[in-house]
Amino acid sequence: MNKIIRKERLNESVSKIIVSAPHIARAAKPGQFVVVIPTSTAERIPLTIADADKTAGTITIIFQIVGATTKLLDTLEVGSEIPHLLGPLGQPTHIEKFGTVVVIGGGVGIAEIYPMVKALKKAGNEVITIIGARNKDLLIYENELRTHSFELRTTTDDGSSGRKGFVSDELKDLIAAGKKISLVFAVGPVPMMRVCAEVTRAHNIKTMVSLNPIMLDATGMCGVCRVTVGGETKFACVDGPEFDAHEVDFAELVNRLKTFKTQERQALDHVCKLVEGIKK
Amino acid sequence: MKKERTQMKNRSATERVKDFNEVPLGYTLEEAVEEAKRCIQCKNPKCVSGCPVEVKIPAFIAELAKGNVQAAVDKIKETNALPAICGRVCPQEEQCEMKCILGVKGEPVAIGNLERFVADYTRKQSVVSSKQKAERKNARVAIIGSGPAGLTCAADLALLGYQVTMFESLHVTGGVLRYGIPEFRLPKAIVDQEVSYIKTLGVDVQPDMLIGSVLTIDELLKDFQAVFIGSGAGLPKFMKLKGESLEGIYSANEFLFRVNMMKAYQFPNNLTPVKVGKKVVVVGAGNVAMDSARVALRLGAEKVSIIYRRSHEEMPARKEEIHRAVEEGIEFQLLTNPEAYHADREGRVAEIECIKMELGEPDASGRRRPVPVANSNFKQPVDTVIVAIGNDPNPLIPLRTPSLKTEKWGGVIVDQNQLTSIPNVCAGGDIVRGAATVISAMGDGKKAAKTIHTALR
Repeated sequence: MNKIIRKERLNESVSKIIVSAPHIARAAKPGQFVVVIPTSTAERIPLTIADADKTAGTITIIFQIVGATTKLLDTLEVGSEIPHLLGPLGQPTHIEKFGTVVVIGGGVGIAEIYPMVKALKKAGNEVITIIGARNKDLLIYENELRTHSFELRTTTDDGSSGRKGFVSDELKDLIAAGKKISLVFAVGPVPMMRVCAEVTRAHNIKTMVSLNPIMLDATGMCGVCRVTVGGETKFACVDGPEFDAHEVDFAELVNRLKTFKTQERQALDHVCKLVEGIKK
Repeated sequence: MKKERTQMKNRSATERVKDFNEVPLGYTLEEAVEEAKRCIQCKNPKCVSGCPVEVKIPAFIAELAKGNVQAAVDKIKETNALPAICGRVCPQEEQCEMKCILGVKGEPVAIGNLERFVADYTRKQSVVSSKQKAERKNARVAIIGSGPAGLTCAADLALLGYQVTMFESLHVTGGVLRYGIPEFRLPKAIVDQEVSYIKTLGVDVQPDMLIGSVLTIDELLKDFQAVFIGSGAGLPKFMKLKGESLEGIYSANEFLFRVNMMKAYQFPNNLTPVKVGKKVVVVGAGNVAMDSARVALRLGAEKVSIIYRRSHEEMPARKEEIHRAVEEGIEFQLLTNPEAYHADREGRVAEIECIKMELGEPDASGRRRPVPVANSNFKQPVDTVIVAIGNDPNPLIPLRTPSLKTEKWGGVIVDQNQLTSIPNVCAGGDIVRGAATVISAMGDGKKAAKTIHTALR
């Protein structure tokens, strides 16, 4: 169970693994996620299902190596098994024929929009995909996304690939050019999603964001993933992770995300030492 | 016969708050036999009717009084698969012990302590004698959730010869016994052992399996002749107060899950963190609130206060738990209700604003309704808040099973035999009751096993 079939480093900080998990692959829908526990002492972390192959019985997980647990996950190589893998969790993306849909991915969020883009195209939408990262090396999934998009636009902070600027600049341009947009999806770092929400708010374009609050059990029990949406408390693990961007209290989300910053650094140091120790 | 009950020795409050080890020390064999001899072996014992799982109380005590500890535990296990757990966390004072005839004039027999003793004493050599188990049947039953309801249902059905598969969504078994009840009240090694006993009965346990999502109930019914839903507690309740989602405010579910399930008290050797400030407030006064307060104390809090809107009388926690909390130095701010939380510049909770309450006329629950005292608002500094005012049933299965009828508040609707709106599908425990006790969940699991047995016969 949960054997890693393939592993690929997409760039300096992002890894892609393909895991054998027929029961999850069979049930997974775009927008859903899994919980991964890579070692017996690790945290339970939520990761988006970046692809699911029902025939092969595999799921693809793409993760950024940022903390202790993702660092541990990255120590698992092809052939080894992930001790605990739970899913699919969360509400699937609502897919139908909307018309023109702009799907925006930032950073590791680029991989997360892939199943969404595929499904939206299949449903008959004109999908315009905008992806952005700090630099050329961090842009991932360009070819895959181009295949399934009506149009793909790229941006980098330093101009090393595509437009120099942010994904929101491309979004602004599309709107300014008079493109009739039915729906926008934005998945990526919170500041990116927040800016995209502000851009579309002015033009009254419905926008969905996939939120990434801290999660623990991720099965609708602990309440740590609570977010305020339209003045109401919602739980991202069971009500989300996608919500109406214009209703989300981003300030509260940012605040709650920093709760364990100090401990997260401490944990990463601890794991780095452990991993170094194993290598020696 | 001794008149007074044999007291169980506890570790001192000053010693025990320094670690997560268990508080009571348990009986010695001599103490247990002495206490067992107090039982007068009523011809028509009331105690059994006070037990949701109908433990054969006088029978097991009679064996113990003769020194036959193994025979005593076998008697218990005829109806209760989890004696070491029940002996620790059941509210016996409201159940079996309340009905004990000795309690009329003096102290009832310490049934809970005795159950705990026989379970602990025999734990190492406990094996299922073959005659206990009925002949293997071909019918398969799926149990969803490995908490007290699921474990009980699974054990009873396995003993009846059914092929039982137990699905658990989390990475380890035990449900609330694992994530909810702290180590110092229920050591996890005991949960491990009780679960492995269930496995020796032939129950196949599958963790990390999300029923409702991976397999729907309808799909399960193609492979299994009956299903028991014991998926337990769900989303924590909040009071909808200003500032309730500030950094530093936990639900009790989150706080206890971090500590009990993920062993955050061993951070960073275990990587799940927990943060406890110097001044901690716990909102609520049930067992979960007491557990949260005592855990906070063990994690280094200097001052821990329980804030509760009613008075001492109405506190829903067990007397014993309240007593232990008091002994350990937990403060009680009664007739007080939170109104809002205020942040510091970094967005962390820094102050709790409360209002004083007084008791008015009795409400629907029969308890006197607390009403706010005008102009009695006050603020007090706080670093960590734990909201322990209960939870709703887990939403996952009802969300994905449209044909399963539920109450407006989310509880799965069952008849008096635990049968849901779907044929051959039973449910019990917190998924039905919202938030209840371990033993009532076990009672539901037991009843459901009978219903399933009748349906499949």
